[in-house]
Amino acid sequence: MSDGTSAYTQPVQATSDILLDINDLVVHFPAGRRGMFGPPSKVHAVDGISFRVRRGTTFGIVGESGSGKSTTAQAVMRLIPATSGQIVFGGDNIANFRGERLRLARSKFQIVFQDPFSALDPRRRAGELIREPLDLLGIGSPRQRDARVRQLLEEVGLPPQAADLFPHQFSGGQRQRLCIARAMAPEPDLIVCDEAVSALDVAIQAQILNLLKKLQCERGLTYIFISHDLGVIQHFCDDIAVMYLGKIVEQAPASVFFSAPCHPYSWSLIAAAAPPGSLRNRLKQGYLVKGDPPSPVDPPPGCRFAQRCPFVIEKCRNELPILKFTGPDHFVACHRTGDAKPPDFSAST
Amino acid sequence: MAPVLSVQNLSVSMKGSKGPVPVLENLSFDVAQGKTMALVGESGCGKSMTALAIMRLLPEDFTVTSGSIVLDGEDVLAAAPAQLRGLRGNKMSMIFQEPMTALNPLFTVGDQIGEVLRQHRKLSHRDATEQTINFLKAVQIPAAEKRVHAYPHQLSGGMRQRVMIAMALACRPKLLIADEPTTALDVTVQAQIFDLLSQLQDETETAIVLITHDLGAVAELADDVAVLYAGRCIEKGTSHEVIAHARHPYTRGLMACVPHLHLGPTTRNARTELEEIPGMVPPLGARGLDCAFLPRCTFAGDVCRSQPQPPLDIVDAHAAVSCWRHQEIAP
Repeated sequence: MSDGTSAYTQPVQATSDILLDINDLVVHFPAGRRGMFGPPSKVHAVDGISFRVRRGTTFGIVGESGSGKSTTAQAVMRLIPATSGQIVFGGDNIANFRGERLRLARSKFQIVFQDPFSALDPRRRAGELIREPLDLLGIGSPRQRDARVRQLLEEVGLPPQAADLFPHQFSGGQRQRLCIARAMAPEPDLIVCDEAVSALDVAIQAQILNLLKKLQCERGLTYIFISHDLGVIQHFCDDIAVMYLGKIVEQAPASVFFSAPCHPYSWSLIAAAAPPGSLRNRLKQGYLVKGDPPSPVDPPPGCRFAQRCPFVIEKCRNELPILKFTGPDHFVACHRTGDAKPPDFSAST
Repeated sequence: MAPVLSVQNLSVSMKGSKGPVPVLENLSFDVAQGKTMALVGESGCGKSMTALAIMRLLPEDFTVTSGSIVLDGEDVLAAAPAQLRGLRGNKMSMIFQEPMTALNPLFTVGDQIGEVLRQHRKLSHRDATEQTINFLKAVQIPAAEKRVHAYPHQLSGGMRQRVMIAMALACRPKLLIADEPTTALDVTVQAQIFDLLSQLQDETETAIVLITHDLGAVAELADDVAVLYAGRCIEKGTSHEVIAHARHPYTRGLMACVPHLHLGPTTRNARTELEEIPGMVPPLGARGLDCAFLPRCTFAGDVCRSQPQPPLDIVDAHAAVSCWRHQEIAP
């Protein structure tokens, strides 16, 4: 299965060209009423986030369940309607696209989901599944489509005979390869990976991560990579946004984020994922938050993280902090930046 | 001191259309009071089947073909239904991966934890509820007096797992089996649950069998570890020794393929390839006598192809490994 190619030696085709520019994206869901005559409640799934993704890079979104990572992914894919905001993809605001125009635009952005068991139609053969996007988008002649299916199978490391098998005849890792082949079929510029490796065993996870990276190096693909696993995020992403209850609380290039994170929530995530040892114990004592993330239905005013934050002050409970520039490409939404003591990652002491 | 749990030469097989198919082969391990034994491996390696065999909860079509399971002096495999009911929940209990499906949605958590006490300790309803509140406090659930009347759907995932832990530990069992207890939870909550488990273990001296695929959890919680591959134990030892000096190529692969977090201003080479273990675990029924890891092993030699899988070779007091070439390939 694995080819262990030397694709990694190739320079990555990262550019400063902005492929995707998300501007103040808001996604609210109705959540019934409080009481029979009360005001209607809203789930603030995504509450005004903005970020830019450079062509050829990987933009990582990390956060716990309920933080709005998957809603962001689905809104960017236009799978759920955005309440407001702009989604500028390759120069066009696709948030306003409808009908045929949206359908055709979709060939340029594709998604790979977490669970490869429920993402594939069990009654169709692998070859048909990969071919489906080509048929729907009318790409190439029928003969070219067949050739493309064979080529895609090879690219994702599946044998040509796999085309005649049904999804249940594949293992989890192979099914995820099928999902990737299907996403690759219309030659998209952007692939959103929504927890694409989270359901896989570690050995298989490494295979899929290597495959995604190989494809990125070969084709200059851009990824939005959503995960709760900071180890995977660090390995895979160029830029990172940390989400908490629908807001981006910190955004930075990966190298900056893992050497000098600024938000208390980032500190907590890092403390929970730090490799075992004295450093981990020290981080956990000082920075790991207690409790569970609160519900995103009608969040209180002030900082969303205030309830769990070990560094909370009165101002945090009343006033929502905005994302502020703290360094090149580094943005933090916290009232106590520069004030609360950041963790020390040096192994000694 | 005799171990709390002693599993010797346990083999389990599944009924297949062409005769029995081995699922677990010759698994042996002991867990002492207050100690934690971790079972590690990919899915399909037999970790959960081991747990279910100990609890005598194997699904239909699965049978224990040989071996013994002794819990605190009692032969679990020979136990009659009445004796088994006394063992489960009382001397051994289990927490599962998905707390939502393991709790009954129609009863309050107080009813469900109290049921254990009413059954095994013969407490009255009122006393059981009182005790339950104490347990909920012990697993650090805020507002326990109120939460005891909550239904599972009113609690978050982390809270539900705390309820499961409270329920499992209600009768102070000798043995707790934790089957991937944090896999379904958020990362910050995972760390809290691990802390809680080790704190409660210190207080109650319960022996824990921890089933996990997370080697970080092993390093943090476990005293000993057994690495399973395709139903066979391929490496066993103290968790410190196995993690610091993994000998079997599979164990080494498992550790290398996880992207570890690097903190601080180290210059990270972002474009390094993750090491990967090619291929996948052979499915049930496709496992021969030779080393099950052979098709995926990068160190495989002639001896591996010509000989059946070796038994666990005891390297020293802290480690044992089942690999023909472990001495030659030692890093």
